[in-house]
Amino acid sequence: MSNALLQLTGVTKTFGGIHALSGMVCEVPEGKIVGVIGPNGAGKTTLFNTITGAYRADAGEVKLKGVDVTQWPSYRIVREGIARTFQNIRLFGSMTVWEHLLVAQPHSESAWRRLLPIAWANPAAQERAEEVMAFFGLTELRDRPAKSLPYGIQRKVEMARAVTARPKLLLLDEPVAGMNHDEAEEIRALMIRLRDTGLTILLIEHDMNFVMRLCDYLYVLDFGVLIAEGRPEEVRANPVVLDAYLGKDS
Amino acid sequence: MSTYYASLLAESGILLLGALSVYIILATGQLSLGNGAFMGIGAYLSSYLTVALNVPLTLALVISAIAAGIIGAIVAFPALRLKGIYLAMATVGFGEMVRSFFLNFDAMGGSGGYRGMQHISVGYVWLWAGGILIAVMLLERSRVWLEMQAVHDDETAAGLIGLNTTVTKIGAFGVGAAVAAISGGLFAHHNVYIEPANFGFDRSIEFVLAVILGGSTVGPGSLVGSLLLVFLPEFLRPIADWRLAAFGTLLIVVLLVRRQGILDRSLIRTLTFRRAAA
Repeated sequence: MSNALLQLTGVTKTFGGIHALSGMVCEVPEGKIVGVIGPNGAGKTTLFNTITGAYRADAGEVKLKGVDVTQWPSYRIVREGIARTFQNIRLFGSMTVWEHLLVAQPHSESAWRRLLPIAWANPAAQERAEEVMAFFGLTELRDRPAKSLPYGIQRKVEMARAVTARPKLLLLDEPVAGMNHDEAEEIRALMIRLRDTGLTILLIEHDMNFVMRLCDYLYVLDFGVLIAEGRPEEVRANPVVLDAYLGKDS
Repeated sequence: MSTYYASLLAESGILLLGALSVYIILATGQLSLGNGAFMGIGAYLSSYLTVALNVPLTLALVISAIAAGIIGAIVAFPALRLKGIYLAMATVGFGEMVRSFFLNFDAMGGSGGYRGMQHISVGYVWLWAGGILIAVMLLERSRVWLEMQAVHDDETAAGLIGLNTTVTKIGAFGVGAAVAAISGGLFAHHNVYIEPANFGFDRSIEFVLAVILGGSTVGPGSLVGSLLLVFLPEFLRPIADWRLAAFGTLLIVVLLVRRQGILDRSLIRTLTFRRAAA
């Protein structure tokens, strides 16, 4: 795949003697939805944390559009084009939905304008926030404190916050965890719409059914090792994957 | 206005700036218990500039603010690794360091203090205090303030949405230190006499108290806190020796009933709505 947006080669992360991730190799092609699946403790979130600079990789390379971002601080990685959400939602406790969508926008304006009231100095940022709010159906909730909203909506706010950063690649860590069927379907539709706007998505998910119907390509992790990859139907039929999920004897 | 009230008013303006200096740093989730030291740096430096070098006062204040701001940013670097109570302890240490420096700084009087400054009016004090309060209130509506709030709420998440948290935290310390220095310069030229004991731990705590009492989530909270802290003990004079105890009781009650302080976002909204409706 030469058109890979994100490319990982030999990425390794150890904690003490434990290999949370060993020699991870994967590619995320532009304009696709790619899934990472695997049992609990397989290293999925470690993978995300290493890509986004929350952890430093012990070995290997993370490249975004050919640029090696492996040892960069996380804020620079975001500005280069990788935004993410978190498995346990991390919204800002003192902010409204609207403020979440302003704070995460790219730093295109001059330092002086960032010191002035947004209402005077930054109409472009406000337009962008309105646009993203409408896309995610959050307009009505604009001035509500984000953390006071129902769980499913908080997930949407977090996705919206990541999208306002204008990323090339969006990393979603279990975007439908804890949601009911209808809510999950809504998020699935949103992801497809996001992909259609040209965004590339890499997601972690437990719900096999969900990823099978959504992803263009899958990577399967177990104990920090890549054990399988392929199109959803190939992965589903792969006996190695069944073993990892259900145990050898079943 | 009697000179008595004028001097109380000047005192509250000076305290307001000290409180704002804490408030700005606190907005990024960092508690500084050493801002009395930045105030002292501003007081000594501006006094030296006006007395020994005949620099005009306003220029002297600006120079002191910039110098203190740079020192504040430098102090913030090692402090980046510290959080919560550990950071607070480190700032206490810094405060004591600066106080004992001035105590032994014989060129400016050491423990004997320094004098010779020209007296300034209460109006001049409030020109600065009001101006900086308005600037802070405008800043509170800016992008940079949202970034500070993000660092305050969840530093890790702030970094992972693309904010340079290091710059935000150091910047807040620098600006806070600069504002404290202005407070110090005004104090020096209002009291026309300074000594190291003016800028010790008590002073730093007074700043923090004004913020916590008045409201630690909005800029005007510092105004409410400063006015209360200066005027309330005066109004309580009839109960003589008991006034400080009464004041302490009030403080505890406020903290129990309203952890965010007297003024907060929703109270401001209520007050301004009522005024608009009336």
